Amino acid sequence: MKIAVCLKQVPDTEAEIKWDIPKGALSRDGMDCITNPFDEFALEEALLTKENYDGEIVAVSMGPEGAKDVLRNALALTVDQVALCTDDAFAGSDTYATAYVLASAIKKVGDVDVVFCGKQSTDGNTGVVGAELAAILGFSQLTQVSKVRSVDAGGKKIVVERAIEGGIEVVEAKLPAVVSVIKGINEPRLPNLMGIRKASKMDIPQWSAGDLGVDTGKVGTAGASTKVVEIAVPPPRGAGEILKGEIEEIANTITDKLIDLKVIK
Amino acid sequence: MANDVWVYIEHKEGAVSPMSFELLGIGKQLAEGFGSNLCAFVIGAQVDDLAKEAGTYGASKVYAVEGDVFKDFRGEAYAKAAAALLEKYKPEIALFRATVMGTDVAAAAAAQLGFGLCTDTIGLAIDGGKVKMTRAAFGGNYSVSVVNEKAAPQIATVRPKAFAMPEKGAGSAEVVKESVAVSDADLATKVVEFIKSATSVNLVEADIIVSGGRGLGNDQGFAMLKELADLLGGAVGASRAAVDSEWIPYEHQVGQTGKTVKPKIYIACGISGAIQHLAGMRTSDCIVAINKDPDAPIFKAASFGIVGDYKDIVPKMIEKFKAKLNK
Ligand SMILES: Cc1cc2nc3c(=O)[nH]c(=O)nc-3n(C[C@H](O)[C@H](O)[C@H](O)COP(=O)(O)OP(=O)(O)OC[C@H]3O[C@@H](n4cnc5c(N)ncnc54)[C@H](O)[C@@H]3O)c2cc1C
Ligand SMILES: Cc1cc2nc3c(=O)[nH]c(=O)nc-3n(C[C@H](O)[C@H](O)[C@H](O)COP(=O)(O)OP(=O)(O)OC[C@H]3O[C@@H](n4cnc5c(N)ncnc54)[C@H](O)[C@@H]3O)c2cc1C
Repeated sequence: MKIAVCLKQVPDTEAEIKWDIPKGALSRDGMDCITNPFDEFALEEALLTKENYDGEIVAVSMGPEGAKDVLRNALALTVDQVALCTDDAFAGSDTYATAYVLASAIKKVGDVDVVFCGKQSTDGNTGVVGAELAAILGFSQLTQVSKVRSVDAGGKKIVVERAIEGGIEVVEAKLPAVVSVIKGINEPRLPNLMGIRKASKMDIPQWSAGDLGVDTGKVGTAGASTKVVEIAVPPPRGAGEILKGEIEEIANTITDKLIDLKVIK
Repeated sequence: MANDVWVYIEHKEGAVSPMSFELLGIGKQLAEGFGSNLCAFVIGAQVDDLAKEAGTYGASKVYAVEGDVFKDFRGEAYAKAAAALLEKYKPEIALFRATVMGTDVAAAAAAQLGFGLCTDTIGLAIDGGKVKMTRAAFGGNYSVSVVNEKAAPQIATVRPKAFAMPEKGAGSAEVVKESVAVSDADLATKVVEFIKSATSVNLVEADIIVSGGRGLGNDQGFAMLKELADLLGGAVGASRAAVDSEWIPYEHQVGQTGKTVKPKIYIACGISGAIQHLAGMRTSDCIVAINKDPDAPIFKAASFGIVGDYKDIVPKMIEKFKAKLNK
């Protein structure tokens, strides 16, 4: 079985966010970066799938040179192959352009049965790249997956559980499929020292727009159709009121205030 | 027609809640701004009743796609139908709810049409002849506005409760039946089973949420919060620390890696107010914080703060509510 996993590098949520205002994009220089937390679940699911059914894993990422780190981390966890899609032309891509580049990479890898993605990134946070990727590749679209029940590469079939509004939906789908996973689907493992040491010496292949056969008219700041036109800091919430006094009095006041909102029926 | 504003009506096997129609409210404002029509579109096995109901919430036209293939909700089937309609009519903008179902349809339809979309939108305004779509970024510390410059329609998924519900009136809509060629043979997915959640938390739709964090100390704390939530007709939320402690399942988690909620009342008990938690609830209308540490950051976001032990305060609140609400 051939398994692909999409890993995005994101700024550490604790890091100070820097904007490249004219470009409407993040300025990633000098920010501490980590693997998108949801993608750790995607990677773990890829590793579990490989262990349960045999196969090989290819991890792909689109991003600047520095995004190599997330792929190196994947190598340390014994992913078989990695590729960094990197090209100046990709900078400032919207979700469609991102999915299009990742789809081109999946096609270049070839014969992929299942692609694992995270539910969403913690920076762009749109949560749609997985679904778009499936639509572009013509693969089955399986979002919000909370459990993979079985993967049958021979029979070209996958059964998953999806956490949707009001419950769990069990879906059977044809392979190939794109599976976007949610938190809690597994417990991501950490790389061991030997893995880290080995990975630190490995070469990370880089694929440019040309290597991927990507139409540069459709990607990056110039090509993407969705443009960030404004970045603003929303007004802070007005300072609230601290209720003081005896518990009896506080409970009286707060319940009155909440009842006054006319929301409680 | 060009400039028309389209709203997708979400349902589960024909069942709707009033919330399914909420986007007709902001849709109407936009259509008035453009001097165009507010249209709804709906896909399903049988949608006549839904189509009619959309009229009562202000849609003047409803495009309806019907077929057995749409009996179960399947993102790919619905997206194919949605993309076909949007391609044919090219409205100015198409609005979907930012729910799991709405996002599945919107994202795949946008990709089939070949462009990006704005997700979890909290602001929509006409600017220079286009709709500027605003979303929160980085835990709500920034807002980012995007415009799709090249394509029509623009597509947005809109955060539930970001805009006011439209009034229900006596209006009726013209229903236009559309046929879209989607057959089972084209589809790769099949719904095998739906396991209804025992707790049936619908945090996103709840008007009142009582949420607990690590400060509850144990899972018993959640029993107390549940009593308060039930009394108020609300739902129970949680911080990640409480979920990680296994006091409550993940589906209750609010925050950057959980659910984004916007209830009318959010009561945070024993939650410190980390940026990742605030990201999921800071746009709530009224926030009540109960925390024993007067310096807890949650107080900066709170409309009302109570410094103290939740074990003292919550039972007193339950007692007072019972008395005042005659329950
Ligand atoms: C603040 C902000 C707001 C934005 N708003 C919009 C918007 O409204 N519309 C729009 O079209 N674009 C928007 N963008 C651009 C968008 O974030 C990028 O196109 C991004 O590359 C992909 O979207 P995402 O990070 O939201 O991914 P998500 O859809 O949230 O990610 C889902 C999964 O896809 C995979 N994935 C995503 N990106 C990559 C990658 N680069 N490499 C490998 N795997 C990946 C991962 O598995 C990830 O878990 C915004 C960017 C920022 C910084
Ligand atoms: C990438 C990333 C994503 C994350 N996503 C999320 C997310 O989606 N949601 C989320 O919530 N967090 C998220 N977090 C975690 C977040 O940073 C915090 O760690 C978490 O929100 C803390 O939860 P807490 O407030 O319950 O616990 P704590 O920060 O430990 O706070 C407990 C609070 O309870 C108070 N307290 C203690 N005892 C009592 C008592 N008896 N009565 C009243 N008050 C009491 C204390 O004073 C304290 O303020 C994320 C973190 C990262 C790095």
